Amino acid sequence: MSRPEHLAPPEIFYNEDEAKKYTQNSRIIDIQVQMSERAIELLLLPEDTPCFLLDIGCGSGLSGSVLEDQGHYWTGLDISKAMLDVAQEREVEGDLLLSDMGQGCPFRAGTFDGAISISALQWLCNADKTSHKPVQRLYKFFSSLYACMSRSARAVFQFYPENGDQMELVTTQAMKAGFYGGMVIDYPHSTKAKKIFLVLMTGGCVVHNYP
Amino acid sequence: MKLITHNMLTSKCMKGVTVGYPLKIQAVDVKTSEVDFNPEFISRLIPKVDWNVLCEAAESVGFLDDLPRELIENYENDVDFLKKAHRVLLEVDIINGELVCPETGRKFPINNGIPNMLLNEDEV
Repeated sequence: MSRPEHLAPPEIFYNEDEAKKYTQNSRIIDIQVQMSERAIELLLLPEDTPCFLLDIGCGSGLSGSVLEDQGHYWTGLDISKAMLDVAQEREVEGDLLLSDMGQGCPFRAGTFDGAISISALQWLCNADKTSHKPVQRLYKFFSSLYACMSRSARAVFQFYPENGDQMELVTTQAMKAGFYGGMVIDYPHSTKAKKIFLVLMTGGCVVHNYP
Repeated sequence: MKLITHNMLTSKCMKGVTVGYPLKIQAVDVKTSEVDFNPEFISRLIPKVDWNVLCEAAESVGFLDDLPRELIENYENDVDFLKKAHRVLLEVDIINGELVCPETGRKFPINNGIPNMLLNEDEV
C-alpha cells in the first residue's frame, strides 16, 4: 500500500470521503482509540487530575473523545477542514482550530499540561509545496510546542516513520527545540501490529520506566 | 471557539509578529452550551488564565454577566465563583466571526465554531 503522505497534502487527502471513514469504519476507529489510549498512558499524567491537553492532528476527534472519557479537557489542531467538520458533527467537547502544525503552535507559553498526536507527525516530513522545507517546519513545530507546554509536561506522538532516516530527522529537530525523550516501540516483532511512539519531555526528572 | 481557547491563542506564528496577544474578537454568532462543571479543573486552570483578557473577551461578546473583574482570593474554595468562571471559559462559544491580530490587523475567520489560523506562504 502506498503511503498516504505520498499521494496528496493532508488537507487534500483527508477530504469528506476519507473523513467519513473515521466515523463509519469500526476497524479504523478501534485502532485510533487503542493508539490514543496508549499515548495517554505514556503521558504519565497525575492520577485523577483533570488536565488541559493539546491534540495535534486531532482529525475527527476520536482521540479527543478518549481524552474526554478520561476526564480531561482538550484543544485540537488539524489542517483538514473536512475532518474538523466531522469532529464538530460528533459534538466533541474539545475546541477545534484549523491550523498547519508546520507553521507552529499558536499558543501562549505554558498553556498545556501535555500533548498527544495520533498518526500525524509523518506528514511533516513531506514537502507538499516548493516553499516547504521539512527541517524548518519540524523545528518551528517542536520549538513552538515546547514553548506552549508547562514544565515537566510530555508530548506523545504515535506516528509512522517511513524509515530510520525519518526517525532521526524528527528526533533531531525535537532535541534541537529543547525536548528530551525517546522512542517507545510496541509489538516490535510484528510489522503489522508494530506501533511507534515518540515520547518527548520538557523538563523534570528522567523516567526510564515507561508503563 | 470557547473563551478558554481565546485566552491561550496568539498570532505569534506570523512573520513579524512578536506577541500577537490578545486577539480581538469580532463575533457575529455566539451561543452557549452546557458543559459539565468540574471545580477542580477550573481551579487548576485559573492560574494560567489572563484574567483581564478573559473579562474583556467576555464583555466584548456580551457574556460578562456578574463575573468579577478582579480575581478573588481563595477562589478554589468558592464554588459560586468557579461556576461563573466555568460558564465564561467553557460554555460561551463563538460560532461565526473573526479574530484580529493586535499587531498587524490580519483577520482570522471563525466559521462553524472553528477559527482558521492557516497562514499564507508569505506570512510564515
